[in-house]
Amino acid sequence: MNQPPLAGRTFFALLSTLFCLNTAAQAAEVNVYSARKEALIKPLLDQFSEETGITVNLVTGSGDALLTRLQSEGRNSPADLLLTTDAGRLYRAQEAGVLQAVASETLNTAVPAHLRSEDGFWYGLSVRARVIVYAPDRVQPEQLSTYETLAEPQWKGRVCIRSSGNIYNQSLVASMLAADGEAATSEWMKGLVANFARPPQGGDRDQIKAVAAGQCDVAVVNSYYLGGMITGGDTAEQAAAAKVALFWPNQSGRGAHVNVSGAGVTKAAKNHDQAVALIEFLARDASQQWYAQTNNEFPIRPDIPVSPTLASWGAFKGDALNVTELGSRNAEAVKAMDRAGWK
Amino acid sequence: MSPASGRLLWRSALLLCALLLALPVLVIITSLFSPFGPAWDHLRETVLTDYLTNTLWLVLGVGMLATFLGVSTAWLNACCDYPGRRFFDWALMLPLAMPAYIIAYTYTGLLDYPGPVQSALRESFGWGYGDYWFPPIRSLGGAIAMLALVLYPYIYLLTRIALLEQGAALAEASRSLGLGPWQTFRRVTLPLVRPAIAAGLSLVLMETLADFGTVDYFGVAAFTTGIFRTWYGLGDLNSAAQLAALLLLFIFVLFAAERASRGRMRFYPHSKRPPPRIPLRGTRAILAMVFAAIVLILGFALPAFQLSIWALQRWATTDTSAFLSLVTNTFTVAAAASLLCLLVALLLAYGRRLHPRPLETMAVRVSSMGYAVPGTVIAVGVMIPFGTFDNWFDGQMRDHFGVSTGLLLSGTLAALLFAYVVRFLSVSLQSVESGLTRVRPAYDESARALGDGPLRVLGRVHLPLLRGSLLTALLLVFVDVLKELPATLILRPFNFNTLAVRSYELASDERLADAALPALTIVAIGLLPVILLTRSQMRETADP
Repeated sequence: MNQPPLAGRTFFALLSTLFCLNTAAQAAEVNVYSARKEALIKPLLDQFSEETGITVNLVTGSGDALLTRLQSEGRNSPADLLLTTDAGRLYRAQEAGVLQAVASETLNTAVPAHLRSEDGFWYGLSVRARVIVYAPDRVQPEQLSTYETLAEPQWKGRVCIRSSGNIYNQSLVASMLAADGEAATSEWMKGLVANFARPPQGGDRDQIKAVAAGQCDVAVVNSYYLGGMITGGDTAEQAAAAKVALFWPNQSGRGAHVNVSGAGVTKAAKNHDQAVALIEFLARDASQQWYAQTNNEFPIRPDIPVSPTLASWGAFKGDALNVTELGSRNAEAVKAMDRAGWK
Repeated sequence: MSPASGRLLWRSALLLCALLLALPVLVIITSLFSPFGPAWDHLRETVLTDYLTNTLWLVLGVGMLATFLGVSTAWLNACCDYPGRRFFDWALMLPLAMPAYIIAYTYTGLLDYPGPVQSALRESFGWGYGDYWFPPIRSLGGAIAMLALVLYPYIYLLTRIALLEQGAALAEASRSLGLGPWQTFRRVTLPLVRPAIAAGLSLVLMETLADFGTVDYFGVAAFTTGIFRTWYGLGDLNSAAQLAALLLLFIFVLFAAERASRGRMRFYPHSKRPPPRIPLRGTRAILAMVFAAIVLILGFALPAFQLSIWALQRWATTDTSAFLSLVTNTFTVAAAASLLCLLVALLLAYGRRLHPRPLETMAVRVSSMGYAVPGTVIAVGVMIPFGTFDNWFDGQMRDHFGVSTGLLLSGTLAALLFAYVVRFLSVSLQSVESGLTRVRPAYDESARALGDGPLRVLGRVHLPLLRGSLLTALLLVFVDVLKELPATLILRPFNFNTLAVRSYELASDERLADAALPALTIVAIGLLPVILLTRSQMRETADP
């Protein structure tokens, strides 16, 4: 009987092949860990490769998982660049000591100061705004003003928002903790939870659909989801999006809550210059315009033109709070949400 | 090689292999020995009770519903005959190819408030919001239904084969002693197939406990959601690992209890001749057909249909060459991982048969606990020891030889495959073990008495007898790896994507229609092994 030894040989042959596959090293390359989904970043990376001849290798995943991977790989990590979809993760990466400061005049000019870390550990690359959508047949825009007023009794049973496990909600609460303080924010959340039309569930598009279907009258969502429904080519989603309108909250105060997607060069980077070149590429006008068009997000600078869909929502004032605060207050926000009973 | 040294070799190979595989789980469990941070006070005061009660209901609900679906369909297809049975024989396995989070997405699309069903109801009756009651799909009940609908095939598969293999003799004896068919089923057949039901159920429950996608999408605060919330939200990986460790202990106790209650009962097949089928006629036949059809439609046909519609909508925008590389990658890792799992399961299960002592038993148990652990947690458990080893080795090499070896294991396909084995070993092990328990120890003893070493006995006696179980083990893991998402996501090398990764990335961006094609392809590739599996079972049990 020689089956097990044969199988054993196959096994080792397989393993050694795997190791060989892994050691394909190339000259000019940059290795990216990206929390940004492949479909939303790959075209731009391809363009970068085409222009510079630098190969971009990509792994996508959740920000925290990639951060843990960076930490466990330590100084030998192959990653040169960490891309995330929110400032909180960048802050955590900086705190964990896996990023290095980059001094780039290009980036300091291209990225506004409140959208990057003070010491150049990371730079924001697109702006994501959290807005209120409402059903114009049941809500007058005059009734709306701020996130804070959504806790008022007039909205009882009329508010849809996703669960507190969602990072966008956590960032929103973090920004309110920074603006209003702990006590007022907790009070606000209790009022908001009491106004929920249904237990939090689904994603942001689901909240928009619920408003369109009449399950609730207002919802808090990221604006690019509404943009995606309008431009995505799904007729049912387009019909739902047509039934709602967008409202920019807190315009007479601090401005609408904004977060950034961004990037930082890792401490272990072996392709430091290529990594910096990639961030600079992503921050330049043409890339910024592509980002805004494709992902329905906002460019980092207001002077860059946006798609007609985004333009139709009008100009808005974004919260000028340094996005680092969203990261440093994240855990505090989650705890406050738990205490307020926000599922 | 003398038999004694052969045994020693098996024993050391078993223990070494088990230790290696237990490493990720042990990394998680050791977190219990580090201090419980302030996050625990917070969890206890606020959300821990919710996590516990929801998880308990989820496990109970899925366990009961999946057992009901699995055992009833297995009984219908193994013990009865009705029109269309041969079709349902294999078709009832199809839901296994459907990832739970995908079925959750499709049912939400169909049954949620803005979906076509409720919209049609509102239009035809002129109802508005709040005028009528409709079961909320995104709820604990919904999550139970979704998980049970795609997980029952584990129970169906193992119970059906056990029913066919138990042979005709015992049932005939029972009937001749005056028991009716129903009483015979309850008092003779059911106890005989209990190990198979238990094996299937334990897979179902572990998969339920490890599920994140479904409960997260439905907003059910279960234990897994808690683990991720603690890790991602509070940024506290250690407390998250402690939560996962508690989950593991819970599972360990659960299965220890089941094993203890089964005691030393062992059942071996009496004849290769399958029991005679009860022919169903008239209303009963129709009821049987309708029941099987409903299970199949809900668990497979309806979601697959919805996915096909979405996929067709997006067909034009699909990049074919990129898509093909996804299929190749997925196929390769699934094949490699299922083969590895099978070899390891054989080593462990047979090794334990040779040495059924507490240490070996314990080692096998611990090394196969990964199935109940969310893939992300396994991935962390793999990442940390591998990274530590790589950096230590690199440091040694730098100090002594002035060369840097970099990362040898971290970020390689080997690390990913290792994680798959840790995560899915339980599946192949259950199958191989339940196959081995049906081989009478007398065979081993006779063969050994004739002077063969353990390896030769395995090759000449067990492997031929186990063909069906081995194939089952291989194919089940194959399907599981096809669907596997979280560990793949974290551990895969650069530029390496699978169908599940692609489908998830799109779905989690709420682009369900775009996610449909890769999801449907997972299902389609999964069909192949599922059909092979049922085919071979039929041959194996000489089932006409």
